[in-house]
Amino acid sequence: MKRRPLGLMITALLVWLVVYPIVLVLLESVGGPGRWTLDHFRQASTDSLAWSALWGSVWISFASVVFAAAIGVPLGFFFEWFVFPGRRLLGALVALPAVLPPLVGVIAFDFLYGGTGFVGRVTSSVLGLEGSPWRLQGWPAILLVHAYSMYVYFYLFTRAGLAKLDASMIEAAQALGCTTRETIRRVILPLLRPQIGAAALLTFMTSLGSFSAPYIFGGGFRVMTTQIVNSKLNGDTSRAMVETAALAAIAFAGLLMFRYVNRTGSVAAVGKGAASVARDLGHPFARWLTAVLGWGFAVVLLLPHITLLIVSLVPFGTWTTQLFPPAYSLGNYVQLVTEPERLRPLLNSLWMAAAATAGAIGLALWAGRTIVQRKAALRNVVDGLLNVPWAVPGTVLAIALSTTFSVFAPWVGRFVLVGTALILPLAYLIRNVPIAAGSVVAGFRQLDPSLEEAAASLGASRLRTLARVTAPMLRPAILAGGALAFATAIGDFVTSIVLYTFDTRPISMEIFLALRDADVGVAAAYGVVLMCISAAAMAVGTTR
Amino acid sequence: MTEEGLVLSGLVKRFGDHVAVRDVSLTVPHGRVLALLGPSGSGKTTTLRLIAGFERPDAGHVTVNGKDVTGLGPAQRRFGMVFQNYALFPHLDVAQNVAFGLDRSLSREDRSRRVAEALALVDLAGFESRRVTELSGGQQQRVAVARAVAPAPAVLLFDEPLSNLDPALRERTRRELRAALDQVGVTTVFVTHEQEEAFLLGDLVAVLRDGALEQLATPPELYEAPRTRFVAGFVGRASELPGTWLADGRVRIGDSVTWPSSTLDDTLQPGDDVIVAVRPEAMTVADQGGLPGIVRDRRYTGARAFFDVETAHGSVEVEASVHAIAIGDHVTLDARTSRAFRGADA
Repeated sequence: MKRRPLGLMITALLVWLVVYPIVLVLLESVGGPGRWTLDHFRQASTDSLAWSALWGSVWISFASVVFAAAIGVPLGFFFEWFVFPGRRLLGALVALPAVLPPLVGVIAFDFLYGGTGFVGRVTSSVLGLEGSPWRLQGWPAILLVHAYSMYVYFYLFTRAGLAKLDASMIEAAQALGCTTRETIRRVILPLLRPQIGAAALLTFMTSLGSFSAPYIFGGGFRVMTTQIVNSKLNGDTSRAMVETAALAAIAFAGLLMFRYVNRTGSVAAVGKGAASVARDLGHPFARWLTAVLGWGFAVVLLLPHITLLIVSLVPFGTWTTQLFPPAYSLGNYVQLVTEPERLRPLLNSLWMAAAATAGAIGLALWAGRTIVQRKAALRNVVDGLLNVPWAVPGTVLAIALSTTFSVFAPWVGRFVLVGTALILPLAYLIRNVPIAAGSVVAGFRQLDPSLEEAAASLGASRLRTLARVTAPMLRPAILAGGALAFATAIGDFVTSIVLYTFDTRPISMEIFLALRDADVGVAAAYGVVLMCISAAAMAVGTTR
Repeated sequence: MTEEGLVLSGLVKRFGDHVAVRDVSLTVPHGRVLALLGPSGSGKTTTLRLIAGFERPDAGHVTVNGKDVTGLGPAQRRFGMVFQNYALFPHLDVAQNVAFGLDRSLSREDRSRRVAEALALVDLAGFESRRVTELSGGQQQRVAVARAVAPAPAVLLFDEPLSNLDPALRERTRRELRAALDQVGVTTVFVTHEQEEAFLLGDLVAVLRDGALEQLATPPELYEAPRTRFVAGFVGRASELPGTWLADGRVRIGDSVTWPSSTLDDTLQPGDDVIVAVRPEAMTVADQGGLPGIVRDRRYTGARAFFDVETAHGSVEVEASVHAIAIGDHVTLDARTSRAFRGADA
């Protein structure tokens, strides 16, 4: 009984951090206490631009799911199904877009496939054209970037599902007369439905909240995230509130829809045993051909990374009309560490991401403990609260936080944090709570309660049990959740663009500003640094 | 019943340098049940997978009812197979699982009828709409049998079908499975490492060792006339003692004790050194004149007990009534029958 206040405290803290700001935005969109009105909604409903942005967000998200699945699922099958030389290395490389922060992915795409990018220049040269053969703009560009950056969800989830799939299921289907195609259609895909459904949901939600690609490539194509930021930056707060409320509503509707579609998703295998589905192709030529294909996929998918690296070595103003950059140097990297104004965003991002990650992990540990120890009601509430930020697009959260924490009213839990160094770490923390908690809570759930009981029966105090038994066993979960949370925070652009100040600007903002100044080398160098930090964090996160 | 059902001719399967199946040849008459029996790594599961078509042999042929199916994949062979873990499709209900292998050109009524017949065969009538994840282990096993039987395959294959069941359920399921197989009358091959299971379910038992066929025989032949020392030791219990082959169908243990014996080795000459294998139930406690020894241990099994008797030539296991002898007793042993093998024949 004496621990009950701790459970209530974490509930209250989560309500204040993740629910309260969103509720405030919703209230603001209808005028707020004493000023209730639906005028803002009425005005927005007659605005064709708002409707086109709303429709744009919805259809581009569904299309992103389709395209990402079309790439990720077959790739998952390819790398899990066939055994060939280099399969493990290539399989890991193909997942690398996961460590490419959204804005960095976008600029890498621009450098590669944009009108003045490598592919564009080569095409112009081959065809003898004077100008750029195309412009990477509008919905095709957004869809391309989304498909490229989000196929990883389908790829990883498909592989995970196939790795768990019992090979005897496939053999049973074959023994009952199924061809390979029929086996895939009638047995494997239905069994992978939970994984594919989860990847589809993740892709849909990520796409709905996507900001970098529409902001950089959108042109005349509007989506809700960019629309909200534009309204906010133009000072039209009430309109931004209405748009935020609309996007939040779509996000929740999407979440409910995918949950409904996946409602019977649990098809755990029965019986025992789970032989691998991986198969050796046997014939040397087949293995060789598969390896070549695997390398081909990996190279194509890694081209944006390679492009970013090359562009980061190009000195300012040296690459104009040539096919390939005429000069290379490390000058851009030197600038990042020697010029104080270039170094500051780097340091800002590092400390803010680290602080947010530490906070998110602390919150996740507290919540995890509560979830495994408390009664069902409180457990479900805390579990639900931990997942709310995940269902809320980054733009919505940023607007909600800027609304909540720009007023000094401590008696209703509101403080002035906007404009201070605290707002961005807080935003990162809230956005990363679901990521950290997903891993840490799963770690708690996997802990065998009898281990703590065994420690207690051997005379260990609660503290000693925590230090010697619980914490070491949770270490992989903490590292995995922390690494993912850190990588996400350090690459954030969508909340940063709403909440940053000049002094607290993170790397993503500096990349954006460098691009505006046409300083592509510095932007790419920042991108490479971000990519390396993310990859290093992920490597730490997968250590056991 | 004498028609050729399944014929394996010179099957060889290698995995790298390891030879998993060595020149295995055997025939299972149509409608009979063959048990592939052997210790872990003996090649029995690989042999079963070669029959099913999941593995391609490096040499040899698989023929079913006179048709060579060696080059066909499992989908073309369409042998019904019951997997060790049952491999039921969790996204389908019981009826959909059972109907999975049925010809899709069948009418809905015919499919329903075939499913109902298959489920009735395994005593699961009325379970059609149940989810397979809701069934007990024994029920899942029966659904797997129904699914394998429903398409009326030419050959039915079982990979350790009862190993996931608890002992009490296993005993009952064995009897039910045997009854179902008798009713279906399809040529069947199953893998097991349990002698009792092989004897109860199999019309024929093939004992495998290191990928090679040691002996193919009916259960009584295998038990009473093992061809090799390995079979004598693996099938049932046997004690081994060094001895000398005598001319008149007897063996001598030590200097003076002689026991009746038999052998399949027609190269044995009187005076040759042999290994004498003797079953516990063939041993008797003699009043005098037998092999002397001291009772060292007793394993109680209820009505009978097994005694370990230490003799000058090795330990001998004796089955006797519980109170016939006691630990520490000095006894002399005789054998009603024994089996002689050349010493090198391990």
